[in-house]
Amino acid sequence: MKIGRGELFAGRTLLLVLMAFTILPFISIFMTALHPSGTVPGGLDWPAPPQWGNFVDAFKEAHMTTLVISSTRIVLLVVPVALVISTMAGFAIGLLRIPGSGVLLALFVSGLTIPFSGLIIPIYFLERAVGIYNTKFAIALPLIALYMPFAVFWMRAHFVNMPTELSEAARVDGASTWNLFWHIHVPLAQAPITSLGILMSIWTWNQFLLALVLVEDPNQRTMAGALGAFQGHYATDIPLLCAGTILILVPTLIVFVIFQRQIITALLQGSIKG
Amino acid sequence: MMTLDNRPAALSVSRRTHSNKRVRWETIVGWLFVLPALFMYAVFVLVPLLLSILYSFNRWNGVGPMTWVGLKNYVTVFQFPNLIGTIFNSFWLIVWFSFIPVGLGLVTASVINRVATGRFGEIARTVLFLPYVIALVAAGIIWGWLFSLSGLVNQILEAIGLGAITRAWLGDFNWALSAVGIIGIWVLLGFCTVLLSTAISKVDPALYESARIDGSNWFTEFVAITVPLLKYEIGVCLTVTVIFALATFDIVYVATAGGPGNATSVPGLQIYILAFTQRNIGVASALAVMLMILVVVIILPIQRLNQETKQ
Repeated sequence: MKIGRGELFAGRTLLLVLMAFTILPFISIFMTALHPSGTVPGGLDWPAPPQWGNFVDAFKEAHMTTLVISSTRIVLLVVPVALVISTMAGFAIGLLRIPGSGVLLALFVSGLTIPFSGLIIPIYFLERAVGIYNTKFAIALPLIALYMPFAVFWMRAHFVNMPTELSEAARVDGASTWNLFWHIHVPLAQAPITSLGILMSIWTWNQFLLALVLVEDPNQRTMAGALGAFQGHYATDIPLLCAGTILILVPTLIVFVIFQRQIITALLQGSIKG
Repeated sequence: MMTLDNRPAALSVSRRTHSNKRVRWETIVGWLFVLPALFMYAVFVLVPLLLSILYSFNRWNGVGPMTWVGLKNYVTVFQFPNLIGTIFNSFWLIVWFSFIPVGLGLVTASVINRVATGRFGEIARTVLFLPYVIALVAAGIIWGWLFSLSGLVNQILEAIGLGAITRAWLGDFNWALSAVGIIGIWVLLGFCTVLLSTAISKVDPALYESARIDGSNWFTEFVAITVPLLKYEIGVCLTVTVIFALATFDIVYVATAGGPGNATSVPGLQIYILAFTQRNIGVASALAVMLMILVVVIILPIQRLNQETKQ
């Protein structure tokens, strides 16, 4: 393999430029967040002295403690339920191959093309009608449903590739369908279940439209929903807004860095098989 | 996408028992496994889908009685430039959110494959992917600031001697929509690069090696091997990013709120405004239905091509 020096240089320069394009926006809001509150600094001006207190102020102004609690509560309502029901459905469609699995799969998968904004109006009126609008279930219940296309598809892709000998052996030993599912296949499906759980946690944390429409009080919303409201109040105080944005970004970035491999694999395989 | 394999049922429940009753029982149990997911999906996706269609044929303010108006709401959408314009805006966004990230991602992935196979390439992939995992609201806020008068974009332009063209990019009638497009590139480039780069790493390395022994340069390798062999993954990337472009809401809501005028308004935003601030449920739903149909109409040909590629 011979690759010329010129090409090495040109290729690596391109990569560095693209990395700079990706990273500079993060650096810019970080620098800005360290300027005195209420000022309008330049995009990359060095803050002297850095106002670390802005993060404390943003933490207070954005009611970060309440927010973390409400976002976490929504994640805890959504993710376990979505994981259990999508794993069960994926198991029945991919492994049991119940009559009608093809239709069921097509039905779920076609949901992947539906933009949330196409459904938000009826979801709003449905929630008003049954009285879950503006409650702690307002965001969680529709989100569970909206994740089903990806989740069922993803779990089915795992189960459809499981060797059949395993299930047959268990059947011969007289295992019921539930035992086959719970004691044999769920433990074996830990990797895809974990990836899916991490992905859905991030998506929930980042969910904006549902939070905006279905919950009036920004403090009862998801992180992203609250950030939208925070922007409404502090649009003119750029350093504080940047500090607030960073506080909301950091947890997602940390989760990403820790679970990078699972997240990337899940997203890629989810879309390739999808 | 939507590959329903036709393999015979691997674990046919009838294999073990021959009793029909047993088979029927197994089928019922199997369906019970699907039921919770199906129930949630039906209540919050399928029913709303039908309700959207129903609302779109009615005039309704959300509280009073509905009045059947037939196709009038759809005619309204086509009549008013601020409504139908949102669809044209989202076509323009497809160029930025889909074509450019996929094209540039393809180039980047093949460059990584040639000059950065080791740690550097690994770092590049991770860094480029970062924007894809953060909340889109945050992306909107970040770029709203970068594109502002004193923001980073203008600062860089001044530094390289282009001070004359600096402006508040998101407030400029001619440039705002393209500026929103750049936010899309920022968010989606990493996703496309990583997906395509993973696909390249699965291509038989012997192909690239023999090409390189023949002295082929980056470009011939790109045209002769990478693009043809990655057709399927390119289709996947296009599908995901086109849906993303048409479904855009968060970025626009936060960065421009559709302005200036309606220069950056997209269907998702207009649906939100019509329904929840103007209480015009019928027209909002007509636009919603059109958006959903549009997604399918654009996605289907890509899918069909992709199915052919795969076989």
